[in-house]
Amino acid sequence: MFKLWITIKKDIRVLLRDKVGIALMFVMPILLVIVVTSIQNSTFQLVNKNKLPILISNQDTGDASKQLVSALSKIGMFKVSLTPQSRDAASIADAMHNKDAVLGIVIPKDFSAKVSAKSKHVAGKAMNSFGLEGDTAKNADTNIDPLTIYYNPILQESLRLSVKGALQSAMQMVESRQTLRTLYYSINEKQLPEKLENEMLNSQTTVNEIPVSKDGTRRTPNATQHNVPAWTIFAMFFVIMSLGGSVVREKVSGSFIRLKTLPTNYWVGLLSKQITYMGVTMLQALVIFSIGIWLFPFMNLPALNLPGDIGALAITTLICGWCAVSYAICVGVFADTQEQANGFGAVSIVILAAVGGLMVPSFAMQGTFKSAANLSPMHWCLEAYYTLFLENGKLKDITNNLAALFAITVLIQVVTYFGLKRKNLI
Amino acid sequence: MAVAETYAININDMEFGYPDNPEVSFTQLNLKIAKGERFGLFGPNGAGKTTLMNLMTGLLKANKGHISLLGHDVDKHSNTVSKLFGFVPQDFSFYQELSPVENLEFFGAWSGLTKKQISQRTDELLDILGLDEVRDKQVQKFSGGMKRRVNLAIGVIHNPQILFLDEPTVGVDVQTRHAIINYLKKLNDSGTTLVYTSHQLSEAEGLCDQVALLDDRKIITQGNIHSLLKEHQHKTLEELFIDLTGKEYRD
Repeated sequence: MFKLWITIKKDIRVLLRDKVGIALMFVMPILLVIVVTSIQNSTFQLVNKNKLPILISNQDTGDASKQLVSALSKIGMFKVSLTPQSRDAASIADAMHNKDAVLGIVIPKDFSAKVSAKSKHVAGKAMNSFGLEGDTAKNADTNIDPLTIYYNPILQESLRLSVKGALQSAMQMVESRQTLRTLYYSINEKQLPEKLENEMLNSQTTVNEIPVSKDGTRRTPNATQHNVPAWTIFAMFFVIMSLGGSVVREKVSGSFIRLKTLPTNYWVGLLSKQITYMGVTMLQALVIFSIGIWLFPFMNLPALNLPGDIGALAITTLICGWCAVSYAICVGVFADTQEQANGFGAVSIVILAAVGGLMVPSFAMQGTFKSAANLSPMHWCLEAYYTLFLENGKLKDITNNLAALFAITVLIQVVTYFGLKRKNLI
Repeated sequence: MAVAETYAININDMEFGYPDNPEVSFTQLNLKIAKGERFGLFGPNGAGKTTLMNLMTGLLKANKGHISLLGHDVDKHSNTVSKLFGFVPQDFSFYQELSPVENLEFFGAWSGLTKKQISQRTDELLDILGLDEVRDKQVQKFSGGMKRRVNLAIGVIHNPQILFLDEPTVGVDVQTRHAIINYLKKLNDSGTTLVYTSHQLSEAEGLCDQVALLDDRKIITQGNIHSLLKEHQHKTLEELFIDLTGKEYRD
């Protein structure tokens, strides 16, 4: 125990004097958590609270186009601005270049006339099918010219699809209203009462959104709950920047060789490194979670809610930290220079993070990548964290994730052992 | 057994070849170094000095034959053997981020010393080697000579009976060299066997009493330094070295 304690003291001293390593392990991930959470929180707010600025060039003068503009305003997703009618469609692109809007819609000339023609045609067909006499002129032009959406390339595809869906929904509403009015007039020869029209067109069914949780609580997830756990994992794997280099330095300086001549097994050295740096990973998690809980509200970000099962959180963090430390030692053993350890280490953890679903959710990945995610220890740790943070799960809910994470860690340790043997270091 | 114990180091019919470079090999090598000797191992670059030292310290394993230190087989009793010798590699094999005291604490513990023994030996060594004033400063800020002394202090912290020194004075000034050589002589006077390699042959003449010249992984001559000079009719070790190993580049 004396040897182990002295070795841990040595490792802590070496670590504390590696200022760059400490900065990389603590400052960089903290900045990353704050920046990514802020950005994603802005995106959440853009979709949920703020409105997307949209510019509409209405080249039509009829009623249907006005109804369309009104329907788009009522969706609640857009902040609608109209360009003067005198300006042509191309002016929308200019306005978007000036960042006045991220979306633009051009409603073509004769839009209302075409909507009216189509509704008369459809109403006529409906009358005929009721056994009444309807106007279904065979040569009527029932094709409405397409609406054109201009968009800023910064808009993500998912957001563009939502916009397109909203626009189609608004169009549907305008066309249905027109058809209904025409049909009603054809039958009753009077205007459709507004109250009835609203009852017929407006959906009376509300949609409830309920986040699924293991314990039945209904806590709405936010950018903080998603990002803090994910980037804490990334931070833990960032220990490679200090630990990988430290192992290489021991090899290159000859300390490893000297240690081999001493009457102490090198496993004491490896155990010490694992204990020391697992302490570092626990501290990283503690610091980042504390920032999420106490600092985020001062930055207008949602506060982090810790899971109910703190024991499960501690165990997950411990195993994830052990895996990160094992991986860093493994890279250090195989790398010949510090540059190799740092370069390969940094790139490999970014790849593991991407494959593991830290950047793009693994459920959104395609076949091969979805399978590859299972090989990334970060994936299993993230799954466990999300079960705890987003679904308020318990230890029993994450045992499979922890078992997989543990198995990968043991595998890394075995590879490290063979690396040490192969390089005649033990 | 009784015969073996009269030797600090006894190498019998040793064979060794690197797995990835079998041509570089020792065959049927025999070497005996008596207890208390100051033994110099010399040879051109690539002669096999460091490899032989690594075999004697157990860092490499011989393919055939036996190597024993004070009667203990290096391979079979590695744990016992590692307490008997100290090793001062050519590289600064310690933690430059740490101070001399912190390095000695760590290597002392790994050498099997207690906390009290470490503290006592640290004070002694830092005083003898002139490092007391910088005992708590980070070694990376030291001069080359001071680092050499730290390297030496770590190698002798556990009072080894045999001390292997691989070019312990390379790159140091005259004052430091004298201090190191004088310390090694004192250490030898107290009973420590020295096994030393260097390219500083004039320095070696002043330190060693027995030498072996190694070339192409073979011992080409071995014996008392004065007897060898007399036998080959040379005045200095350097002349003898050139005579026996030639003047061509040997890297």
